[in-house]
Amino acid sequence: MMPDGPAGYPERSKRSIREQPGVRRAVSAATRTFDGGREAAWREIDAARWRDWLRDVKRHALTHLDRYLEVAERAMERNGVRVHWAETAADALDVLDGIVRAAGVKRAVKAKSMLTEELGVNAFLESHDVTVRETDLGEYIIQLLGQPPSHIVGPAIHLSVEDCRQLFARVLGTPPDATPDALAAAARAALRTEFLKADLGISGGNFLAAETGTVALIENEGNIRLSTSAPRIHVAMVGIEKLVPRFVDLSAFLQLTSRSATGQPIGNYVSLIQGPRGDDERDGPEEMHVVLVDNGRTRVLADDRAWEALRCVRCGACLNICPVYRQTGGHPYGFTYSGPIGAILAPGLLGLEEAMPLPYASSLCGACADVCPVRIPIPDLLLYWRERAVEAGLVPSAERAAMHGFAVAAERPTLFHLAGAALRAASSPIGRRSLPVLGGWTDERLAPSFSPKPFHRLWREGIE
Amino acid sequence: MRVSFFSTCLGDRLFADACVDAVRLLRHVGATVEVPAGLTCCGQPALNAGYAQEARRAARHTLEALGGADWVVLPSGSCTAMMRHHVPELFEGEERRHAEALAARTYELSEFLVRVAGVERLGTGLSGRRVAYHHGCHALRLLGEHDEPLRLLAGAGAEVVDWRADRECCGFGGLFAAKLPAVSAAMADAKLDSLPDVHFVTSADGGCLMQLSGRAGRRLLTTRFRHLASVLWEGVGTSVGLRTAP
Repeated sequence: MMPDGPAGYPERSKRSIREQPGVRRAVSAATRTFDGGREAAWREIDAARWRDWLRDVKRHALTHLDRYLEVAERAMERNGVRVHWAETAADALDVLDGIVRAAGVKRAVKAKSMLTEELGVNAFLESHDVTVRETDLGEYIIQLLGQPPSHIVGPAIHLSVEDCRQLFARVLGTPPDATPDALAAAARAALRTEFLKADLGISGGNFLAAETGTVALIENEGNIRLSTSAPRIHVAMVGIEKLVPRFVDLSAFLQLTSRSATGQPIGNYVSLIQGPRGDDERDGPEEMHVVLVDNGRTRVLADDRAWEALRCVRCGACLNICPVYRQTGGHPYGFTYSGPIGAILAPGLLGLEEAMPLPYASSLCGACADVCPVRIPIPDLLLYWRERAVEAGLVPSAERAAMHGFAVAAERPTLFHLAGAALRAASSPIGRRSLPVLGGWTDERLAPSFSPKPFHRLWREGIE
Repeated sequence: MRVSFFSTCLGDRLFADACVDAVRLLRHVGATVEVPAGLTCCGQPALNAGYAQEARRAARHTLEALGGADWVVLPSGSCTAMMRHHVPELFEGEERRHAEALAARTYELSEFLVRVAGVERLGTGLSGRRVAYHHGCHALRLLGEHDEPLRLLAGAGAEVVDWRADRECCGFGGLFAAKLPAVSAAMADAKLDSLPDVHFVTSADGGCLMQLSGRAGRRLLTTRFRHLASVLWEGVGTSVGLRTAP
């Protein structure tokens, strides 16, 4: 299911906090566990140097993207992969449609992929009479519930075990008191038959090594391995920003992404896929396609500030540590990518107007920048998009007027002190009624208590 | 040591007593304190909201008011971070060089006491006090202020208790608190709900204290919130007979 768009973030986040305390509890607990894992896993290595290196390699790849894309295309074609280029989501879905029609696909299994969420692959295929089954446990759960993912790595992070117990009792007939292991076993049994029946396996790609044309995938459940090898056709949809130059570069990227996402030294399964089944091989698909997807990335790349966000490896570390994200999970953001990275990707990928007000969904605490494995300056980019929003006139006119007034007063001490005295009066119970602009503050908090005399007067009167 | 003390706009109106105590602390460690005329606001509220032009106007005014101060001390980690990191970036050429030179001499109060004045022990007036310390995000990340306030508190006899959420954001964030009040309040709740039993919560940042105390008050919690400057002055005061603990 596709998210609803960022515009409703203020209302949705408020409703989530008021009406779904269980979501706040589940997200808060799970993100703390993830972040604790990351912290411990980073302590085992010289994380600062690894992060520098990853940042530099990605910077190099992105600033030479035209070259590496061609290198990658040639390598993949040598490997027997059919390479497609998609400028927009519609183009990507057209490519998929062509593959599905040509091969008469009726059933598809999907490995977890945020790009396919971004493109709306499931809804598209369903509307073309292809049955789609998500095979990552979390994705499977939210597919059954008709929800979009609420976290880049843990799509069902907002749900409790009890939520899953009730869902599986209804859909799979598990006992109402089933253990988590029993629930996973029931899902595994149900999914096993789906793998065997599917004609098509769709995956994303964590990385694409240009030199060898290798699609690299990290996972823990084995479902990606099965989705990409059991059906007769495998389609990998890969964002063009996922390129790394050399095969050997994958080593550090796979490890630091795992350490940053879940705290594991490396995912339980790493698939390095380099083409369809060879004549001398017994496993693997007959056909392999890679769809290289732009969908706004070139536009982001052309922006000399925003392009840094394209380094993102989708580990979710910034979501896990974000105190804003922790209160609601990802759904209120209304965009495939939530949390701090979503708030800086949305303006680039959707356009700023469409992405409002996500650049404001942050207190600018800076925790995200502390944990980004590719050192994306997320707080700086949030501020950058806010400045762009002001320039583009996408902010309320009352706010603009207030800020203009602020600047005028800040240059005139007498006026500034008068304004301060007026604010003090306005924060009294009577004043609050006449100045509804303070409502945003006092809905949730007591009005601040002003000092009886401001400091500048106490100073003039003399300090003992 | 000639110190130009900048109360900040929030300090002037909401933490006037703490600013007075900050002046007393600075004098106590041997500084000559001046409060330059005409100071208003560093410009941070505008900058964080995306209004770079407006922030530049406030910052330019601040730079002019501070002139060639030897040292600048603020009772706020966040405003200090603005002065040190963001203000220079708002300017070019000569103005930028002036802003950078001033930034290098600009300190948050506790940072100044420890790093410049070289003070670790102010007195023993806080003995028997259980205190929770809230690390403001900008003091922590932009000033790299990890243990200066804690050392001063402990040095004055306070027991600074472990608080799981002590380095997590309070949810203030300037305009953020007014634009997204429900999320902002939930962030404050995450801090308040994990707070151990203490006599009071303190911080070098008045904005954070305003947010936390405002939320605690709305929830009818009885937790006390006090600015670090007042707490540290209490630490001095008792031992030198100037003040007794309330």
